[in-house]
Amino acid sequence: MDVTLNHYLVLSAMLFAIGTAGVFLRRNVITLLLSIEIMLNAVNLTFVAAGRHFAAVDGQVIVFFVMTVAAAEAAVGLAIVIALFRHRESLNPEAFTSLKW
Amino acid sequence: MDPVLLVQIALVVVVFHALLLSAAGMVWAERKVAARLQQRFGPTLTGPAGLLQPFADVFKLFFKEELKPKAADSVLFYLAPIISATTAFLAFCVVPFGPPTTLFGLLDRPVMLTVADVNVAVLVIFAVASMGVYGIVLAGWSSNNKYSLLGGLRASAQMISYELSYGTALAAVLLLGNSMSLVDLVNAQSGYWFGFIPKWFVFLQPVGFFIFMTAGIAETNRAPFDFPEAEQELVAGYHTEYSSMSFALFFLAEYVNMVTVSAVATNLYLGGWHGPLLPPWLGILWWFAKLSVLLFFYLWLRWTLPRYRYDTLMQFGWKFLLPLSILNLLATAAGVLYFGL
Amino acid sequence: MAFETIGFYVLAALAIIASVGVIGQRNPIYSVMSLIGSFGALAGLYILLDSPFTAVTQIIVYAGAIMVLFLFVVMLLNVPREDAAEWDRSHPLNRPGARRFGAVLAVFLLLELGWAVWHASTREAVALNTVSAGGVSSVAAIGRSIFTDYSFQFEATSILILVAMVGAVVLARKEPQ
Repeated sequence: MDVTLNHYLVLSAMLFAIGTAGVFLRRNVITLLLSIEIMLNAVNLTFVAAGRHFAAVDGQVIVFFVMTVAAAEAAVGLAIVIALFRHRESLNPEAFTSLKW
Repeated sequence: MDPVLLVQIALVVVVFHALLLSAAGMVWAERKVAARLQQRFGPTLTGPAGLLQPFADVFKLFFKEELKPKAADSVLFYLAPIISATTAFLAFCVVPFGPPTTLFGLLDRPVMLTVADVNVAVLVIFAVASMGVYGIVLAGWSSNNKYSLLGGLRASAQMISYELSYGTALAAVLLLGNSMSLVDLVNAQSGYWFGFIPKWFVFLQPVGFFIFMTAGIAETNRAPFDFPEAEQELVAGYHTEYSSMSFALFFLAEYVNMVTVSAVATNLYLGGWHGPLLPPWLGILWWFAKLSVLLFFYLWLRWTLPRYRYDTLMQFGWKFLLPLSILNLLATAAGVLYFGL
Repeated sequence: MAFETIGFYVLAALAIIASVGVIGQRNPIYSVMSLIGSFGALAGLYILLDSPFTAVTQIIVYAGAIMVLFLFVVMLLNVPREDAAEWDRSHPLNRPGARRFGAVLAVFLLLELGWAVWHASTREAVALNTVSAGGVSSVAAIGRSIFTDYSFQFEATSILILVAMVGAVVLARKEPQ
């Protein structure tokens, strides 16, 4: 069976689901950020596959920008994690619930 | 079986063994050059002129006991030298070392003298260099030893800082050569100006060459940027806890990285296999000659310059080399636009 | 079977196993290494999709820079292994009612995914266009597109990176005494 666009879309959906499961299930802020990276990668895969399908270079260009934004977001997210850790000595998101009503 | 495919598979084997032999040769050359620079002889007893010294070293390392600290993380402890050695060899796979050859007419189409002829070769080298950081930082972490951890973190911070200048100097060469394939970049340097000055990029980009070599020396953690391995300060840095073959793998990775950086510099700046007097199919001899000059330069620097301290090292990378490489890129872009090179 | 088909299935399996490894490992350093493996598998998939530039950029940016940043933070904060107490019994998502509801939702999701896969395979295959290697994927085409059609986004992301750099340095700074 030839590999079609559907294969890539299903794979991307599965990776996105795994990332989402990681965001909900893990009790560690760093693993949370890692799961977000998995989700971003799944989206990148969709863009590249769709770009190849429509023979347009736009898919890769958008992936270029998504990677840049993901780098910026990871840097700021990790800086926030470091600041939180200094404040509370814990990496459990349950420890930072003071804004909840 | 397609004979071209057979030749390409044979090339893989040949390149692998040539890299191993070159690492051994570099060990010998280092000891001899260091000795001569310090007005002594170096190894003379093991084989003629000490040529069997690296083999004696490997033999000794092979029979040493393989130690691992009890609290070290065993998966990462053994994975780290594997990552270092693998990325070192991987980076050389896309470097061409000779003109396309048909083996004196035995093959029906010319085969490129490289393991893999990709058309984004320059980026692949950069990518594999980025992966080489992991071997060092994981070695430092998994040894469960504060000297190793400090050495590992400092080494990886140094490597990722100098990667920026490395990449920007590369980008300036890409502007001149209009391609990301190393083969095309070398072929863009064939020919002569005024009949006798070869069209090498080093004459168009002397600052870029300086930046590239400096960043390359910092990437491979060699003196004067070898603070991570400073014997006087950090015991042995990130490879303190390693013995026997794991240590040999780090050693091997360092020398093969040196060879790769020099090979890439030869192809990018010194014209690769183009040279006067010899027929084109013997270009590989010119390539080796230029490579040897750069490697001698590496050794010469190690035993001549004192070591940079870590904070001056990082300042040099960020506050001097990176702005200089950006200026170099701008100047090259201006030159290409104005002179239409 | 064609090389591309085997390559796709192997790389897809690697990517999924590595991603499950990221969310399933207790030791955060192993999570980071699994994610690097997943990025490598994805880079292989990009090469299969005729995008060598994206594949190499993925290794340089994601696996070579972002993951090093994660690794540094994990090492500097000395993040401990999570133990089983992470599943806090009093957490609202862990009460039996919520668990059954979540299980029902998961079953629905799996059924839907299975239907999508089955439906896709019985329909006429939407083939990946076979374009020549120098057509869509050349670096020159990407560069031309970035600097002409997407030039505003390019400049915006460069400002974004500057802001992120400054922000990260400021946020992670120790409070001056």
